[in-house]
Amino acid sequence: MSEAKRGARAAPSGDKHMDGLVIKAGGWLALALLALVMAALAVDAPFAVHMGIVAVAALTVLWTTVSQADYGAMARGVLKMPASDGTYDDDPIRWGVIATLFWGIAGMAAGLFIALQLAFPVLNFNLEYTTFGRIRPLHTSAVIFAFGGNALIATSYYVVQRTCRARLAFPKLARFVFWGYQLFIVLAATGYLMGVTAAKEYAEPEWYVDLWLTIVWVAYLAVFVGTIVKRREPHIYVANWFYLSFIITIAMLHIVNNLSMPASIFGSKSYAAFAGVQDALTQWWYGHNAVGFFLTAGFLAMMYYFVPKQAERPVYSYRLSIIHFWSLIFLYIWAGPHHLHYTALPDWAQTLGMVFSIMLWMPSWGGMINGLMTLNGAWDKIRTDPIIRMMVMALAFYGMSTFEGPMMSIKWVNSMSHYTDWTIGHVHSGALGWNGMITFACVYYLVPRLWGRQRLYSLRMVNWHFWLATVGIVFYAASMWVAGIMQGLMWREYGADGYLVYSFAESVAAMHPMYLIRAAGGAMYLAGFLIMIVNVWATLAGRVRDEKPMTETPYNAAADRPLALVRAA
Amino acid sequence: MTYNDLRHFADSWGLLAMTILFLGLVAWPFRKGARRHNEEAAMMIFKDDEHG
Repeated sequence: MSEAKRGARAAPSGDKHMDGLVIKAGGWLALALLALVMAALAVDAPFAVHMGIVAVAALTVLWTTVSQADYGAMARGVLKMPASDGTYDDDPIRWGVIATLFWGIAGMAAGLFIALQLAFPVLNFNLEYTTFGRIRPLHTSAVIFAFGGNALIATSYYVVQRTCRARLAFPKLARFVFWGYQLFIVLAATGYLMGVTAAKEYAEPEWYVDLWLTIVWVAYLAVFVGTIVKRREPHIYVANWFYLSFIITIAMLHIVNNLSMPASIFGSKSYAAFAGVQDALTQWWYGHNAVGFFLTAGFLAMMYYFVPKQAERPVYSYRLSIIHFWSLIFLYIWAGPHHLHYTALPDWAQTLGMVFSIMLWMPSWGGMINGLMTLNGAWDKIRTDPIIRMMVMALAFYGMSTFEGPMMSIKWVNSMSHYTDWTIGHVHSGALGWNGMITFACVYYLVPRLWGRQRLYSLRMVNWHFWLATVGIVFYAASMWVAGIMQGLMWREYGADGYLVYSFAESVAAMHPMYLIRAAGGAMYLAGFLIMIVNVWATLAGRVRDEKPMTETPYNAAADRPLALVRAA
Repeated sequence: MTYNDLRHFADSWGLLAMTILFLGLVAWPFRKGARRHNEEAAMMIFKDDEHG
């Protein structure tokens, strides 16, 4: 909505409007100047670069505030987004879908690149910015927080409005959450490449980026809870419970795990508040619950809304969904210590982590069964609807990786599997199979609806995507199982005289074929994703591919006649 | 309050309170008359379908 037009129409309020504009513009300018001063005083180069990025971001907001051009309308033009019909606030969701796909390409390409680096070390290019150690956190953060995070924010905005039958609360704050989150991603990613790291897995960003994410996350919580509060539906649908638990728990985990003291407020280095085994346990309490509440609870929220919607039938058991919810909440939070088996962590804590991990089998499988059985009576949709097929595959991988995880948390298994590539295989069967597949399915569900299209450009391309992704995951997981078990056995192999039989380098050399197979699997997964990009792009452009339908109507004219006639003939 | 006090509280009263709370929350959807409520909640996403 053009504010200039409103100002011109009502002259008396024009001055007030002008004052407000000056204050806003002044605020953004002050912020940009502050960032530039910080950049000038920086004690290390990456911090200066980051403050430069912040200054550019503030100046961009300043420009959009002052120029008063309707950038929303321009974005709608470029992205071919339909104008709002006034029911729900869908613009941030459309941006979120685009951002999900954009960061997905970056994150998956980075993943393929580092997979190839492991097979061919020459690809490190002998350059600090392109070493495995710097690109690996770029890959994990890009796929988890940028691809997954944008998908979670976009779908949560979509689901909370539909199930509460209320427009998004605080629309400006909702837009701030989107752009603020993108700034967080840019700061984190550029930081990794420049060597800035807090050295905590999945929590690598340094203190000032953490503070920024905290602000964005609290705003996200306000938007989500605000929308629930103004709902017009008495019951809060279970998907919103999962989203809310994800938002609250991530806030708690993020703040506690990142408690630290900066070495200088003009520098990018900080020291963690905890030390030694306390620090390790805090890190894995965070790390495992990032899996539990970001990659599980958040994506289960998607599952509980989008699977019933796509299947056009209610969830198998609403009661089971509630049990699923509370069991995950009460059990997951204790499972972290299983990352620290056979370390300095006290034995009782290791055993506690293992026991709670094993107990998680029940709610995880309950949830998987609940999702799969939603298709009860409509199993034919797996054959006819490639989006349902993706959802079913996602749930199958949810089941498989939540079976594998507790198994690997058993100390006896862990003594062999820990520090090997089995762990990497496990993570990817969950991430590619469960998180990736359910996100693809939700994006395929959302795009025609958000852009007001009759259908996707091509369902057959969804089918191609499905098969490339599925076969890619199988290559990935299977090669990493073999690699991991082989590594684990080679490392623990003693000779008769008590010496280790294999040197570490020998186990690395033995992995080479498995690394090639893994990279091939990753390449297939990425290829499927690129097909999705083309498909979504063409859908946005309003094109519909002329193609053979996914299912035909079988008809046998000879059999379709009265019995007597058949006999006579 | 020392570390020891806290951990003894955690593995006695704290554990008991968490267990009772968990069992209560899980039993809640099984209460009498909850079936109709659950069915309504499950169908809620299909009402007014043109708006999501």
